Amino acid sequence: MDLRTPEAPPTAEERFAVDSVLGPPESGWFGGERTPLDGHVALGGLAKARSRRHLLLPALHAVQEQVGWISLAALGYLCERLDLAPAEAYGVASAYALFTFEPAPPVVVHVCDDVACRAACGGDPTEELAARHGPPGSGTTVTWRPSPCLGHCEHGSAALVQKAGAGGGRASLAPFTAGDMDRLVALGPQVELEDLPVPLALVPQAGAEGSQLRLLRRVGRLDPSSLDAYRAAGGYEGLRRALEMGPSGVIAELEEAKLLGRGGAAFPTGAKWAAVARNPVRPHYFVANADESEPGTFKDRVLLDHDPYALLEALTIAGVTTGAEKGFVYLRGEYPVAAARLEHAAAEARNRGLLGSDVMGSGLRFDLEVRRGAGAYIAGEETALFNSLEGRRPEPRNKPPFPVDRGLFEKPTGVNNVETLLSVLEVLAMGAAAYARQGTPDSTGTRLFCLSGCVARPGLYEVPMGTTLGSLLGLAGGVAEGRSLRAVLLGGAAGSFVGPEDMDLPLSFEGVRAAGTTLGSGVVVVLDDTVDMTAFVGRVARFFRDESCGQCVPCRVGTQRQEEVLGRLVAGRPLGSVGDELALLADLDQVLRDASICGLGQTASSVVTSALRRGLLGNGALSGNGRQP
Amino acid sequence: MTTMAPASTPVALRRNVELTVDGEPVTVPEGSTILEACRAQGIEVPTLCYLETLAPVNVCRVCVVELEGSRALVPSCSRPVAAGMVVHTASERVRTSRRMVLELLASSVDLSTADGDVHRWIDEYGARPERHGPSAPPGDRDHAHAGHHEPPEVGLAATVAQVVKRDNDQYVRDYSKCILCYKCVEACGEEAQNTFAIAVAGRGFDARISTELDVALPDSACVYCGNCIAVCPTGALMFVSEHDLRAQGEWDEDRQEVTRTVCPYCGVGCNLELHVQDNRIVKVTSPLDHDVTSGNLCVKGRFGFEFAQGGG
Repeated sequence: MDLRTPEAPPTAEERFAVDSVLGPPESGWFGGERTPLDGHVALGGLAKARSRRHLLLPALHAVQEQVGWISLAALGYLCERLDLAPAEAYGVASAYALFTFEPAPPVVVHVCDDVACRAACGGDPTEELAARHGPPGSGTTVTWRPSPCLGHCEHGSAALVQKAGAGGGRASLAPFTAGDMDRLVALGPQVELEDLPVPLALVPQAGAEGSQLRLLRRVGRLDPSSLDAYRAAGGYEGLRRALEMGPSGVIAELEEAKLLGRGGAAFPTGAKWAAVARNPVRPHYFVANADESEPGTFKDRVLLDHDPYALLEALTIAGVTTGAEKGFVYLRGEYPVAAARLEHAAAEARNRGLLGSDVMGSGLRFDLEVRRGAGAYIAGEETALFNSLEGRRPEPRNKPPFPVDRGLFEKPTGVNNVETLLSVLEVLAMGAAAYARQGTPDSTGTRLFCLSGCVARPGLYEVPMGTTLGSLLGLAGGVAEGRSLRAVLLGGAAGSFVGPEDMDLPLSFEGVRAAGTTLGSGVVVVLDDTVDMTAFVGRVARFFRDESCGQCVPCRVGTQRQEEVLGRLVAGRPLGSVGDELALLADLDQVLRDASICGLGQTASSVVTSALRRGLLGNGALSGNGRQP
Repeated sequence: MTTMAPASTPVALRRNVELTVDGEPVTVPEGSTILEACRAQGIEVPTLCYLETLAPVNVCRVCVVELEGSRALVPSCSRPVAAGMVVHTASERVRTSRRMVLELLASSVDLSTADGDVHRWIDEYGARPERHGPSAPPGDRDHAHAGHHEPPEVGLAATVAQVVKRDNDQYVRDYSKCILCYKCVEACGEEAQNTFAIAVAGRGFDARISTELDVALPDSACVYCGNCIAVCPTGALMFVSEHDLRAQGEWDEDRQEVTRTVCPYCGVGCNLELHVQDNRIVKVTSPLDHDVTSGNLCVKGRFGFEFAQGGG
């Protein structure tokens, strides 16, 4: 390939941002200043430049944060450095919501208007904002944009503040009010991100009498920056045990504990680790999927903000057990606090020999990197996540081959989400037998649930698998202000509704499967009779329209069409009869579920279909008999 | 010379695999795809993003088939056969998904210059694009921001309609006709030309083929080999000559003669097919099955024909 990059040179600021990630250019042939001598020497290095393509996303982040947008010249310079075609780099960058390609105000406030915050306020949380500060994108120094779920659902409102230039970066604000926006607008570019209050985590069970928290037991009780505090609380005992037991011992323990993945597919963790461990192809990789973006989900944020060492320890155990020497934490880009704390924790762990060439004196090598997403729900799909880490478009890959055979960089890769990895620590701490005694015989252990919406005590809860929905809601104090329950969204945008009659539903993998629903990522959005259900379901349809990667036709066009049909039904302007429209929705549901490439498309119609089946739309006037899954 | 032949060719080493397609046993070489197995049986499976000369990307999903034991349908173009597979190509589920894929495309894309097969399939599968409503007016798709969109007016169906891009003398890009099959990106990239002038940008319904930040082709890496035109199944990428004749209502394939010849420029021996209408060359292609080109040409073979008609 003969690289052709744009002729306009980057500004000093853009160059600085790219170099902060890639280091200074090695020669005039890779973005450095050309001297006459460069015309007379032949240099290699193309393969090396290309091998750093995985740094594309970090470098794009650097430019976006430094300058506030990504210009053609900045993109061109970045491409010279990586020997990457600018069209490809643009294809990658433009797939992420947090990158912009036109000059933007230095302060951009992304305001959540997604399902949990809607349920909490009963309507559209951005309405007042628009009335006071104009439509999205208005304002010269401070502007706002609506955003999908920012993962602060327990607060009922949230914003992510992005500031460009010196002292720039991202900060979360939750709860977030129109008054906060007034203050941000008044401060303008003078706003200091460090001065903004760090959002709290709500873990209502913490400290409660008789609570037997496992996964959450350290949250709020330890200084998240202190490795000593983590070790004093029993931290890194799991790694010590894992090193004593050896890979086969750990895997046997996980299998005996019957630990199932908490990501939604409920794949046995021991079997996955075993498949990676025995794969003869080297190297192996292990990835912690912390790209939690399912609307209504905030458990990773709580865990990583307050217990970052736990994830590092668990990932290290995964690495030494599966023969991976390199791990990645793929963290959603909207979690600046977790990013900083994980980076700090990793540095501390490296200093103490808990990461590196001799993990805990075992002679084994394992290290990890924290990588940030940039606003793409689809990047949480494991194969799209690999593409994202590799600096490619976050598009899901065809399966098979599965990640344990060909994953990150085409190598055998293990990938688990944060809750699964932290559950491994509990298996090792308690022993498999004791762990398996929690929960139900088929769904062992405890499970985290993210309660939000119209609930008296929203927050992150931990209960044994199989706890009924009614008792979980009881723990959280029931419906807020004693109003009556209309429905509960289980599992997030990819989940489905259950109703007041489902309080006996056991929250276990087999329990929800039998009821035709899903635990998904543990989302429980409580909806009372004041919530505008039509707007709520419409928001889910918009979410999938915005988050589809666009690769396959069923999802790319189907999510667009689904949003349109819903719009017509809500407006009372069906094309043909209402029955025709419901038949169309049923067809869309079928092609999405049957013919989409990945789980996003396959679940994109789930909430809409579920709402119709339960008569939750149009005051119950609309009820489809969509085909049962 | 038989002594020169290897003892056994790789093809001879391929074992046969037996599977069942629509109730009939089928035996194909190991490593074949389900699509190849179907074609070996004479079963027509519609395809849009598939091309023999490119690695399958399985994005259009019109070739899906039902594979027993698989929860979702599988793309036949890319799924390798395995012994004992039981495949159904005409079940209700398969027909529904194919109908919907065709319907979704036909409701959002101008298929007026697409291959004839596409229109036949739309009829055969009973796709009804009109039930999605009248088309919304064209939009500015090149500046769509990932994760944000304005829904179209209630009652209108969003489409990919937009202004034709005409920024060079060789070919036009009418992305109102683009089904996003990725073929042009593959041909421009590592599958053929290794130029990487275009890629898929944006996401979701706003996903589009684009140069970096939508710069015009002359400012991009494009070398005008036209290999993207050669693989485009819908006429979104078209010779200026063809585009203009169509616009004037003068394009008439019945009046055209296709002459196969060898490219006069260098010694590689690429075969050209000169499409001649009214004694003027209006388009140049190369046979897909030609062992030198696999359908690909360079700028000279593809566009360097003006000298032959006094325009050089």
